[in-house]
Amino acid sequence: MAWSREDLAARAAEELRDGFYVNLGIGIPTLVANYIPDGMDVTLQSENGMLGMGPFPYEGEADPDLINAGKQTITELPSSSYFNSADSFAMIRGGHINLSILGAMQVAENGDLANWMVPGKMVKGMGGAMDLVAGVKRVVIVMEHNEKSGAPKLVKQCSLPLTGAKVVDLLITDLGVFEVNRGAGVVLTAMAPGVTVEEIKAKTEAAFTVRL
Amino acid sequence: MVDKVCNDAADALAGVLKDGMTIMAGGFGLCGIAENLIAAIREAGVKDLTVVSNNCGVDDFGLGILLAGGQIRKMISSYVGENKLFEKLYLSGELELEFNPQGTLAERIRAGGAGIPAFFTKTGVGTLVAEGKEVRDFDGETYVMERGLTADLSIVKAWKGDAEGNLVYRKTARNFNPMMATAGRVTIAEVEELVEVGSLDKDAIHTPGIYVDRLVRGAVYEKRIERETTRPKEVA
Repeated sequence: MAWSREDLAARAAEELRDGFYVNLGIGIPTLVANYIPDGMDVTLQSENGMLGMGPFPYEGEADPDLINAGKQTITELPSSSYFNSADSFAMIRGGHINLSILGAMQVAENGDLANWMVPGKMVKGMGGAMDLVAGVKRVVIVMEHNEKSGAPKLVKQCSLPLTGAKVVDLLITDLGVFEVNRGAGVVLTAMAPGVTVEEIKAKTEAAFTVRL
Repeated sequence: MVDKVCNDAADALAGVLKDGMTIMAGGFGLCGIAENLIAAIREAGVKDLTVVSNNCGVDDFGLGILLAGGQIRKMISSYVGENKLFEKLYLSGELELEFNPQGTLAERIRAGGAGIPAFFTKTGVGTLVAEGKEVRDFDGETYVMERGLTADLSIVKAWKGDAEGNLVYRKTARNFNPMMATAGRVTIAEVEELVEVGSLDKDAIHTPGIYVDRLVRGAVYEKRIERETTRPKEVA
């Protein structure tokens, strides 16, 4: 049985380490915050200008001046700090963030990532994703293994415009976990319960080896 | 002392607005936007604007109202996914759009305000963003050259300001505002609270008054929340 969104977030949380500064993307990556192990000290960075993101506010206590990069209202912690967008991306681009967990439309076997536009269809923009994959030390991608149409998203070469070239370290999909190693060769290292290597092969365009 | 304090947003913009000008507008989503100045620009009806802003508001608030009024010719932004009208105008060719990665946009503005005409960054190397731009290797890594960015006018929103133009922002409403304040040939700030000169903590001023040409206390603040997300109070 394929992993659920919550399972994916929980699996991605296994990549966290004590003392890490972490940037979480929008969607499933945001859920990773719910799976930070007790006692582990992880500081969440929000690229709109905050370190030390707290939980969502209680009903009636939302502050319009305090949002995350997904524009959701959040709260601060005693340890939080605020800064401007240039300082925020200096942290990101300068390699001071340990880990970024992002969503994706396509990941290629050479480590390329596409997650910001579909030409002629979807015009949203890259936001901070290009800066994150260029500057953060370790990039973990969480995505559905296939499109709704069934088309593979772990591909030989991205057909969509890239967010970054050779930037993906680890890919977690609803079917399995893949070390992508920024193009050093894709390795399947774990599978969702009941999923077989044959099933993953059938649903994947990229070449990969298996080391379970 | 030069009197920077204006009576209202329209007064603050008097003599500054021109068709075809470039305006930088602070804010991230609807957080920290100069809502009174945007409304006054809407009212003034100035057209063919190039607007530099991380986002473009929502359909009926923030910069979205300038879009709806047909006043914007081109946007320079990093993310516009919250605005359906934007997507429609862009896909039909009525609106020009230049996407910049968010950090590149922030740094272009910072550089522009600091007198730095260009810089090299890793962001966007090997993507559409780097097409047609100079790339260069430093210490074995490839970087793309990006240009500093300035504007005819910057509109910024602060929490507190004094008549000198010193500004303090609040929480994540700071975002692009401080860099934009430095990069406008004219910078107009709107503040929620206009305070006595001397009452702001001098060690905690985010934007020194030198960058601010005009200042106005915003008449009304809706401070609309884009995605109110809460959790229920725990019951003991």
